[in-house]
Amino acid sequence: MNKPVTAFWVVLTVCFLSFSCKQKNDSENLITLNQSKKSLPNVIDFTFDVKPIISDRCFKCHGPDKNAIEGGLSLNTPEDAYKALGEEQDHFAIVPKEIKKSTLIERIYSDDPNLQMPPPESNLQLTDYEKAVLQKWIEQGAKYKPHWAFSPPTKPEVPKTAKDWVNNEIDNFILAKLEQNGLTPNKKATKEKLIRRISFDLTGLPPTVSQIENFIKDSSEKAYEKLIDTLLSTTDYAENMAAEWMDISRYADTHGYQDDFERTMWPWRDWVIHAFSKNMPYDKFVTYQLAGDLLPNANLEQILATGFNRNHKITAEGGVIPEEYRIEYVEDRTTTLGIAFLGLTLECARCHDHKYDPISQKAHFQFFSFFNSIPEKGLLNGMKDLGEPYIKITEKEAKGVLSFINMKNNPTKEVSVMVMKEMSKPRPSFILNRGVYDQPTTEVFPNTPTSILAYPQEYPKNRLGLAKWLFHKKNPLTARVAVNRLWQRMFGNGIVSTSYDFGNQGALPTHPELLDFLALKFRDEGWDIRKMLKYIALSETYQQSTLVSAELLDKDPENKLLARAPRIRLSAQIIRDQALSVSGLLHKELGGPSVRPYQPEGIWEETTGGGGGSTASYIPSKGNDLYRKSIYTFWKRTVPPPSMMTFDASSRDICSVKRQETNTPLQALVLLNDPQIIEASRALALKAITSDEQSIEGRIQYAFQRATSRLANDIELASLSKYYKEMLVQVQNNEVQPETYLAIGDYAIPKDIDQIALAALSLTCHTILNLDETISRG
Amino acid sequence: MSEKKIIHERSLILNRRAFLEKSALGIGGAALSSLLGVNCFRKTESGVLTPDSSSSGIKGALTSLHHPAKVKRVIYLFQSGGPSQLELFDYKPTLNKRRGEDLPESIRNGQRLTGMTSGQDKFPLVGSPFNFKQYGKSGTWISDLLPHIGKMADDICLVKSMYTEAINHDPAVTFFQTGSQQPGRPSIGSWLSYGLGSENENLPSFTVMLSRGTGRPKSQPLYTRLWGNGFLHSLHQGVQFRAAKDPVLYLNDPEGTTKSTKRAMLDQLAALNDQHYQENGDPEIQSRIAQYEMAYRMQTSVPEVMNTDKEPDYIYKMYGSDAKIPGTFAANCLLARRLAEQNVRFIQLYHMGWDQHGDLPAAIERQAKDVDQASAALIADLKQRGMLEDTLVVWGGEFGRTNYSQGLLTDTNYGRDHHPRCFSMWMAGGGIKPGIVYGETDEFGYNITENPVHVHDFQATMLHQLGIDHEKLVYKYQGRRFRLTDVEGKIIKDILT
Repeated sequence: MNKPVTAFWVVLTVCFLSFSCKQKNDSENLITLNQSKKSLPNVIDFTFDVKPIISDRCFKCHGPDKNAIEGGLSLNTPEDAYKALGEEQDHFAIVPKEIKKSTLIERIYSDDPNLQMPPPESNLQLTDYEKAVLQKWIEQGAKYKPHWAFSPPTKPEVPKTAKDWVNNEIDNFILAKLEQNGLTPNKKATKEKLIRRISFDLTGLPPTVSQIENFIKDSSEKAYEKLIDTLLSTTDYAENMAAEWMDISRYADTHGYQDDFERTMWPWRDWVIHAFSKNMPYDKFVTYQLAGDLLPNANLEQILATGFNRNHKITAEGGVIPEEYRIEYVEDRTTTLGIAFLGLTLECARCHDHKYDPISQKAHFQFFSFFNSIPEKGLLNGMKDLGEPYIKITEKEAKGVLSFINMKNNPTKEVSVMVMKEMSKPRPSFILNRGVYDQPTTEVFPNTPTSILAYPQEYPKNRLGLAKWLFHKKNPLTARVAVNRLWQRMFGNGIVSTSYDFGNQGALPTHPELLDFLALKFRDEGWDIRKMLKYIALSETYQQSTLVSAELLDKDPENKLLARAPRIRLSAQIIRDQALSVSGLLHKELGGPSVRPYQPEGIWEETTGGGGGSTASYIPSKGNDLYRKSIYTFWKRTVPPPSMMTFDASSRDICSVKRQETNTPLQALVLLNDPQIIEASRALALKAITSDEQSIEGRIQYAFQRATSRLANDIELASLSKYYKEMLVQVQNNEVQPETYLAIGDYAIPKDIDQIALAALSLTCHTILNLDETISRG
Repeated sequence: MSEKKIIHERSLILNRRAFLEKSALGIGGAALSSLLGVNCFRKTESGVLTPDSSSSGIKGALTSLHHPAKVKRVIYLFQSGGPSQLELFDYKPTLNKRRGEDLPESIRNGQRLTGMTSGQDKFPLVGSPFNFKQYGKSGTWISDLLPHIGKMADDICLVKSMYTEAINHDPAVTFFQTGSQQPGRPSIGSWLSYGLGSENENLPSFTVMLSRGTGRPKSQPLYTRLWGNGFLHSLHQGVQFRAAKDPVLYLNDPEGTTKSTKRAMLDQLAALNDQHYQENGDPEIQSRIAQYEMAYRMQTSVPEVMNTDKEPDYIYKMYGSDAKIPGTFAANCLLARRLAEQNVRFIQLYHMGWDQHGDLPAAIERQAKDVDQASAALIADLKQRGMLEDTLVVWGGEFGRTNYSQGLLTDTNYGRDHHPRCFSMWMAGGGIKPGIVYGETDEFGYNITENPVHVHDFQATMLHQLGIDHEKLVYKYQGRRFRLTDVEGKIIKDILT
């Protein structure tokens, strides 16, 4: 997939000679362009060369879905693929090593629309390169291999490398592959870059100037390791880890449909932060959330953790058929289990057998049945309905076992949180014809597909057993999926870039042995998240510079081989939190009810219906609550905070394990005109003016360093100083009115500050907060 | 100065081409692209920059149309809440004759009911208290509630045989706008932006405007996901144009500053960003510079298009007095025409308040008055400008309403519940047969008897008019190829010219 880009850029560059160019940008065509130049591998590998083709182009009609098989042919297994076909049983799609007898070859090369495969109307064409791969594969014996992700990880040998660039095993794996490809790793990043990177990745905040200075001063060998340990021990780390978990758990402060009434799930969010700050092992963390209520002598904390599976949307739209929606909730839990823990698209087997992966519709509903016996309602009765089953938390609990809950801002001193609970008698589950709620067919019971891992007989057939199954030694997916997400946090992309899909249609691992190595290490060392993050952070691979030469960009545009560290735009939340942090506005307080920072006036009211309630109109918070971290921003699902959505936040409608990273004009408008950023610019400028720095240059450096974690170079400093002077002239000429510009946002300026100078410096800080470097971590 | 400045900047970039070409085709290409037009890149799931959208003269994801297009743009007047077809378009005198009688079970035939009427033990039929008459050469029956639309009868194609799968607002509206009842898919306008790109680099190709009806001011809510980009690039999200101080969120410069402040800031940003790019080599930085320029141009072009001061009196007369009140349906219709003139691809209006469960006669009269004149004026206005030929106008809601009364039927009052099995909507413009009625329902207005049109059929037809084969505009996400029409959809050939 990385190759087409080169060709594309060639085309583009040529285009630019004329202004209104026609862009050749059909990605599939580009693949053709490039692959036609690519030579076939000597040995065709089923996993890497063949399966991506047959899964994507053939499985729709010749794959695992038994009911969709055309012409009696399935290419899913070798037995099926080599089978005799036709009434006479006289021909074969594939005869290993026999091209002439393999009708598959004839069909893929055919020009006759009645014979051609895939058929023209399917819109699934094969390229010449792909046809050649299939042909050579059959010539070489048409060997199959099991899907890599469905076999348990095995301990790989750590590769030997020529160069001495190894801090831990990660580097052996990465370097070995770089050497095979004739590439060399980048130099180490500067200390300023490194501390910025690790601070954002672990804590979601930029380093403070004293942290930067101390780190630079500390020339001991252990300086970096000490830094990592310090960062990992902060509550900022816990909040930052929890922020990702909010996407995965589809957390929100409203129910998500129609009038979108408020719900109270924030105590559950407080628990997540608590779990990360205690470094709860991943197996325990997940088990509590899936089945805390079923643990022997479950305590309130374990029960609260199961709120995870009540975070899905719930309707209160008068008139819906409750059962239709209750089924949706159970489906949502099933989908979430797949994406979050197994890296599988279980939802694709709701209406029929999975088209690409060995998950039958029956298996889908077996998973479903684990989550189907909750005494819940499909339809909430208005905004006051607490959504059975729930637990009540009073001050007593909040001072006891649930002491991590921040009840401070809650006037009632009592909250109810939705949790999971089993019905005394399980509700029967059925395969639903086409996935429709009122068409039950065969009854099914909790179970898991043998294609992944057969369900051990001795496990209870409930959510607790399911959690045990996830963490069974032979489960091939759980550890890989989890460790891949930790890698994604540190490198922007996972070793499997489709962190939500480890199935046949997912991306292949760039470093399969490394993934297995890490998965086993993670598991065998007690599912210790902090330890794994530290291990990754200590690798030379992680510590490289992001500098990219034209040559390297050309050879590895996607940075699959990691000959450089990735440069990543900060997330929606972190962009805002950084602005608050560097300006000193950030109010650090752990947990509690969600808060309402600035939001453009009227956007709730414009869409709101007649349902009323606390989500009908937006009343911004006051005081400190305006400046809390973004993880605490009130999340109304049907109208999520627009500045966040513009920066690719997840909508929290469904489980999401990876965000987009886009670059759009609306993002520019947010950073230029959002009062939050303007106010932060002013606060930052004020800090600079009241600091020890007396010169303009010194004050600009003050702000620049806080925003980018480094000092501006001479050219940058000269340029910003000149800009400051221009702004000063604008203020003096009344092109800028300081009393108005400086009044945006609630934060008040002391009267004794020179307003003209402050306005000019605020505009300078505003510019600095808009720099691409400021909103990136390199 | 802005235009000159931009051109100047572009020239600077072009001057640097020699350097870029020497350093790398890759970087050069991306950098130039992002500076010459709208940014066309996104990071894919695997992290690579790929071409994505387009700007003037540059195409979207489709390298060419699947067949010649009949229209260039769509104006979709969405009537949110479920307008009653029985008071507006589907004339059923039988219901007046049999008023108060129970809906025969043979007609209901097991149709599922919403939770709001499933508890009723009687389903008393009720006809429209508003008269219908035939209009134009086509003789189309239209209610007295819509006299202006009636006058345009020979220009519109009325479809009386729409049906849907959802019976409640949230899933039903989501289904119409995204092809799926559950949230998460891109909406129609996003699909078009992705597939066809934009023809105006200074305005978003998918714009949205909301208005609140007087029929039921405390109406059904809307959800921003209805114009969301789903899994497509966020460049394709619908951008709401608002009758507020900020016509687009975050559009206005900070108070107390001027255009020259903004221009200076952008120049300063571009200079520093570019310097960083020279050191680091990440093409995203160049793309960032281009996004700021695009934002700057939007700051001029959006207020320009929203400012209707120069519209002549006769135009206001056509659209009605509401057209002077920002945020009304009439004002939005006028804006829709102005956006269409700027080649905005997909212009979506939502008019709320059509959910008449009770008190229907009075409420629907007000609601119809909100939209009648302006809807008709929009057709006439486009026509007089020669734009109806290449614009598709659509008018309709998410489902219809029952032929029986919800709640008590009195001499003067009744309500109607949601009805998915049949409802009416109309289209006008390029490639649609004018002055026809398509599809028929039974004399009870309960079931379709002729030419049913499913929501996916409607969507397929809309894409067809834009030159798109609905089965071929796909986006691969989470291992599957998604499309607007999911796995269904037939083009309604009979209504096409």
